[in-house]
Amino acid sequence: MIEIKNISKWYGAFRVLTDCTTQVEKGEVIVVCGPSGSGKSTLIKCVNGLEAFQQGDIFVNGTSVGDPKTNLPKLRSHVGMVFQHFELFPHMTITENLSIAQVKVLGRSRDEANERGMKLLDRVGLKQHAHKHPGQLSGGQQQRVAIARALSMDPICMLFDEPTSALDPEMVNEVLDVMVQLAQEGMTMMVVTHEMGFARKVSNRVIFMDQGSIVEDATKEDFFGKPRSERAQQFLSKILSH
Amino acid sequence: MSTWDWQVFCKETTSGDVAPSCFGSGGDITYLDWLLSAWGWTLSVSVLALLVALLLGSLMGILRTTPHRGLVLLGNAWTELFRNIPLLVQIFLWYHVVPALIPPLRGVPSFILVVMGLGLFTSARISEQVRAGIQSLAGGQRMAGLAMGFTLPQTYRHVLLPMAYRIIIPPLTSESMNIIKNSSVAFAVSISELTLFALQAQEETSRGIEVYLAVSGLYFISAFAINRAALFIENRVRVPGMIGGGGH
Repeated sequence: MIEIKNISKWYGAFRVLTDCTTQVEKGEVIVVCGPSGSGKSTLIKCVNGLEAFQQGDIFVNGTSVGDPKTNLPKLRSHVGMVFQHFELFPHMTITENLSIAQVKVLGRSRDEANERGMKLLDRVGLKQHAHKHPGQLSGGQQQRVAIARALSMDPICMLFDEPTSALDPEMVNEVLDVMVQLAQEGMTMMVVTHEMGFARKVSNRVIFMDQGSIVEDATKEDFFGKPRSERAQQFLSKILSH
Repeated sequence: MSTWDWQVFCKETTSGDVAPSCFGSGGDITYLDWLLSAWGWTLSVSVLALLVALLLGSLMGILRTTPHRGLVLLGNAWTELFRNIPLLVQIFLWYHVVPALIPPLRGVPSFILVVMGLGLFTSARISEQVRAGIQSLAGGQRMAGLAMGFTLPQTYRHVLLPMAYRIIIPPLTSESMNIIKNSSVAFAVSISELTLFALQAQEETSRGIEVYLAVSGLYFISAFAINRAALFIENRVRVPGMIGGGGH
């Protein structure tokens, strides 16, 4: 579904990604972790071309992201993305947030889009908030709306960029619950997160990044059981020590 | 200091007689007629220049935030060109230099030239505000729009601009009020607006105090009306749940 082949990226002279290669099969859940500044958010944003890369290529369902002839808006429209800071459209109601791209990008009728939006809103347990604006919801609620918004486009896969990092601790679980449910339904997911509980529960593989490189790419059993690299061992001992 | 004589506005401009209704009749006009007509010119120059400034300023401000270097350069060059030359000099350039360089512009009335001059000068300032408004949204909203599958123009239309304009309503209000006040430079190319009226009427009547107070009052009323209209718009488009927004 997602093939990342030898991706390298520079900001000027500074190399942020070095020769990253991995793939996500249909129905797989991949967790990407690593210290801050290791390039995991940059890598995931390369997948739908939100960040440009200078070397290598990425294929989403066979379509090249690096090819200048690729219709990126079309490719992005069926790759769902959830951001750390939710990024709902603040001037629109929740209903509009869920329907606008369906109408403007997919060409669905407003009624059809609203119906689909309400169904998804119900699924994340926020139907009664449909008429509100994002600023009137809590962080956890906003992130659940953001997930519903991404799902409204009927994506073939979902990218999550630290979806719980900006949330108060008590709101983390309501978002993770939605994500676990999605994973169990067979959604293809690439998730940048520090939530190791989530990784243990639903992931197929864990990718560990450090200084722009993929240091470890292992099944979750191997990663948590016997991480090969010293850097991953240190990382795990730090975040699992409490 | 002599006593005030507000009757000066009821005088006819040619005979100097006081018209009983305070408005001229039979072909002659009073200073009040002239004042109101001058106010009309001030408002016409201002409103048209504001339209030009909003249109071009928005376009240039948007270009400066696009990922295309050529467009950014164009927007930057435009902004620097029109904000680094004094307004009065720009008006003279439009009046004396531009028609000389571009012959087809020779027959263009000075009213149009002033609208262009004031509009383009202000567009540079609006371009700066629009750019700041868009950039205040940081990269997250742009990425969110693009990630949904919007094209870049759609991302601007549906995601970035609606919030950017809400954010910059206060500086845009100041700029709109400025344009009313700056329209006074039109007197320099003989547009019969409020400032030119004031210069000529006080010359003819020697009632400078009354004339300038009246003109100041009209400038104030015009700018203040814009201020109130902007406040009304600001309240109408306020987003519930945001800082300063109501609706809970």
